[in-house]
Amino acid sequence: MDESHVFLTILGMGAVTYLPRVLPMLLLSGRNLAPWIARWLSFVPATVLAALLAPGLICPEGRLDISVNNLYLLAAIPTFFVAWRFKSFFGTVATGMGLVALMRFFL
Amino acid sequence: MVSSFLRGVRQALPIVLGYIPVGFAYGVLAQKSGLGLANAVGMSVIVFAGSAQLIGAGLFGAGAAPFALILTTFVVNLRHMLMSAALAPKLKGWKKWQIALFGYELTDETFAMHSMRMSSASPPIAETFGVNITSQTSWILGSLAGYLAGGQIADVRPVGLDYALPAMFIALLVPQLMKPVYLVMAVLSGSLSITLFLLGFSQSHVIAATVVASTVGLGVEQWMNHTSS
Repeated sequence: MDESHVFLTILGMGAVTYLPRVLPMLLLSGRNLAPWIARWLSFVPATVLAALLAPGLICPEGRLDISVNNLYLLAAIPTFFVAWRFKSFFGTVATGMGLVALMRFFL
Repeated sequence: MVSSFLRGVRQALPIVLGYIPVGFAYGVLAQKSGLGLANAVGMSVIVFAGSAQLIGAGLFGAGAAPFALILTTFVVNLRHMLMSAALAPKLKGWKKWQIALFGYELTDETFAMHSMRMSSASPPIAETFGVNITSQTSWILGSLAGYLAGGQIADVRPVGLDYALPAMFIALLVPQLMKPVYLVMAVLSGSLSITLFLLGFSQSHVIAATVVASTVGLGVEQWMNHTSS
């Protein structure tokens, strides 16, 4: 593909990304949702983040790897602890990245 | 208004810490996939979605057709629909054009941040835009830096940059687990997501797991309320 076709494709990718991001907000904002819908949506932050996170930790190379060789999984344990105990977003991200770098260096 | 905006900038710093390295990794990949500088950085301006851009750069490199790229992006990013709906009730009193701009920068990370910020109070709109604009700016700068460094870099792994995304998801997930039922459904959703991923549904696993686990969660919650009352 030449660069102008790449650009047009990127515009298409942008459009199909933007519409699902904005339409529900535009249509639903300021309305009172039925209580069961509001309750259902209250699960979304926890369930969507877990669904995004889990495959990366358990299958970092694209296949199941529950072993001490899986740095992603090992580093997640102290990272979870820091997130839970210290409630510091910044500290959690820094801990995770720092641990993975250190483990690669020493192991 | 300026001070609200700056407060938003400060709140976004943890996201910046994650976006610079992940954006950098995307930039390196985009350079190696043969994209031009303008298009590589343009994707961060126009699409602004981490996993979709990483997949997209790979597909461009592999010579995929435009339709395949657009369709894949759509499927990968469809999960934002649920996030958008979840934030909608918090946007009472917003003007349509403000919502249209806000939605443009709705990512996994800004969503998680806003759902925390907006859970009890309704913070100033300028602060909310401070979070979003800072996040996307750092994403764009990270991609630019990665693209420019791409020629010199073979692999972004040695310094732990590749762990920025999982670490960010952990940091965002933990504060959401306020009630035991959320924790249990997060475990369920994670397990479903892994299962679907391993079965080969590597683009729709996130949204499918989210929908199923949220529905089960609603059922469990209703049932618990029913039995306790």
